[in-house]
Amino acid sequence: MSNLEFLRSLSNHKGISGYEDSLNELIISHFEKYADEITTDKLGNIIALKKGCSPDKDPDKDRVKILIAAHMDEIGLMVKDIEENGFLRFTNVGGIDPRTILGQEVIVHGKKELFGVIGAKPPHLQEPEEQKKAIKMEDMAIDIGLPYEKVKELVSIGDPITIKRQLIELKNDRYAGKALDDRAGVVSIYECIKELKNLSHEADVYFVATVQEEVSMAGALTATYKINPDIGIAVDVGFGTTPELDKADTLELGKGPGITLGGNIHPGLRKKLVETAKEYNIPHQMEITVGPTGTDARAMQITREGVPSLVLSIPLRYMHTSVEVVDMDDIRNTGKLLAFFIKEISKDILEGLLCY
Amino acid sequence: MLLKRLTEANGVSGNEKEVRDIIISEIKDYCTSLRVDRLGNIIAYKGGKPNSKKIMVTAHMDEVGLMVRDIDSSGLIKFLPVGGIDKRILVSKTVLIGKDRIPGVIGAKPIHLQKRNEWSNALDIKELYIDIGAKSKEDAEKYVSIGDYIAFDSQYVEFGDRLVKAKALDNRVGCAILIDLIKKVEDVSFYAVFTVMEELGLVGAGPAAYAVDPDISIILEGTLCYDMPKVDSHQIPTYIGKGPAISLVDRTTVYNRKLRERVVAVAEKENIPYQFRKTSMGGNDSGKIHIAREGSLTTTISVPCRNIHSAVSVASLEDYENTYKLVEAVLTDLNEEGYDELQ
Repeated sequence: MSNLEFLRSLSNHKGISGYEDSLNELIISHFEKYADEITTDKLGNIIALKKGCSPDKDPDKDRVKILIAAHMDEIGLMVKDIEENGFLRFTNVGGIDPRTILGQEVIVHGKKELFGVIGAKPPHLQEPEEQKKAIKMEDMAIDIGLPYEKVKELVSIGDPITIKRQLIELKNDRYAGKALDDRAGVVSIYECIKELKNLSHEADVYFVATVQEEVSMAGALTATYKINPDIGIAVDVGFGTTPELDKADTLELGKGPGITLGGNIHPGLRKKLVETAKEYNIPHQMEITVGPTGTDARAMQITREGVPSLVLSIPLRYMHTSVEVVDMDDIRNTGKLLAFFIKEISKDILEGLLCY
Repeated sequence: MLLKRLTEANGVSGNEKEVRDIIISEIKDYCTSLRVDRLGNIIAYKGGKPNSKKIMVTAHMDEVGLMVRDIDSSGLIKFLPVGGIDKRILVSKTVLIGKDRIPGVIGAKPIHLQKRNEWSNALDIKELYIDIGAKSKEDAEKYVSIGDYIAFDSQYVEFGDRLVKAKALDNRVGCAILIDLIKKVEDVSFYAVFTVMEELGLVGAGPAAYAVDPDISIILEGTLCYDMPKVDSHQIPTYIGKGPAISLVDRTTVYNRKLRERVVAVAEKENIPYQFRKTSMGGNDSGKIHIAREGSLTTTISVPCRNIHSAVSVASLEDYENTYKLVEAVLTDLNEEGYDELQ
């Protein structure tokens, strides 16, 4: 399947943090064609192993282990209460600006999928001052168009809710949708495993679609513990440039993945990553986070005795809205850069790269 | 389905062509005469039994939306509201721009980069813009021009207990009912008028009423509904599912009491559920119609719409059907006898 069709399916699909299992079939069916083994762990991470091959072809020889993670969970909502007229009250799972959900269409994942809308007060009934204040999430309600008794039958407190959005094609191979943070990352690592089919690589590569990044990075913590890699790479999204943001804090769409610099990143590996991008002529940008990043790499770095880590960021506009925008070129280039980087890593050079 | 076609057509005030074309294609074989006036209103006449008085039924065709105001150097599009829109409902939505329906999104600053409590203040319309994926101003100009109309991108969806979600239910519900009346009512003579630019200040209705010069007018609308939980009932203008809403007074009209009582009597007699529209806020084409020329009697009968003036308006198909039934019964009743009693 093409990257685009995979991205479309992933974006349109449901899977808020802690409820990612409905994505398993979709993701596994894509990776199994290229992986040697696929497993899922206790928390629900999907781990696809693509084995490397040492130059002397000795299968028993210790190989470098590289973990590449992209989180599959998305931010969302959850049913908190059912009102007497059948409207639902809700809370957020992950960081949501309440201003982005007013007037939104949603799917309530109850005993069946229920369409609903998050209603708004008609402007005719508002005082002029009212519109200056945002509406709080606790003052919003979801209308699923059913009477109380029927709602009680179909909906339970704790049911997850996702925004209803189909991926939209914009101009210049750019796409808008929900959950592109970080399902765009999942597509990038899919691009990488496809690319590795054509490259010889020494390292064993563990591609992990992680759970719960948006709430606790629990998936990255446990997967890293289990795999115990030599190198951990988080593929996530970075803030795309828009007028209201400081240019220095952002990545431009279409200009390649952001390579993160800072305390969360191993300097030797990062230097190698930049050299690889230059050598293979892959567009890239630099991104700075001085301390722990808001990605799975934050968890990887401090797992067990510590793991040298890297972060690649796909530029994405309007993060944590339901109209996140990405450029397909960036997704592809992120996957390619990962693949060429993996190709460069061998047991022989690793020690040198990691040496302070 | 007619309501689906009508709500998925784009007809932002001042640009009603798509809607007008659908209406004309639907009614042209059923009316005695039909013309489009200089403002774009459709004025049709359906001849039935002779009637000494002129009855007019109206519905406005336009919907609220946006208009392209400027394109910035990075190819992002600034816009203006067309009609009354709560700017807060625009964030994180998809829109369609111009005749070619260029898809765009209205994004927002990532919550991660916001200052504490920034999200408790509403974003101003000047802070919002539409992203169509263009890479520069020149690139965007290949697809979009200043002045292009922008409509909400929202599909017609039936859900729940016979409810409908769509954009522009205000007032495609009125248009659909009026189309059905033209098709189905056989023995009543009436003018059917589909007006333009109601949302911009009842622009089309005055000249149309001047042209028709009716004695009695029935204005069909989609009206405010805000039946949120835990709100005092006197603060709820209309309820979904309780039938057509009959107007008492709004910002543009104090409705003729006798005509309103007549409408209520018809509803009672025919056993059609109804409710009163319990707010004086908002207004509609009646404001211009009842004072056109020497004036006339008006009544407004509406389908309640939750989340009106947004991409996710919600109405009940049962209310819609009952509104049709009530208006049909009122038309028959007015045509038969007793117009003088209303004076």
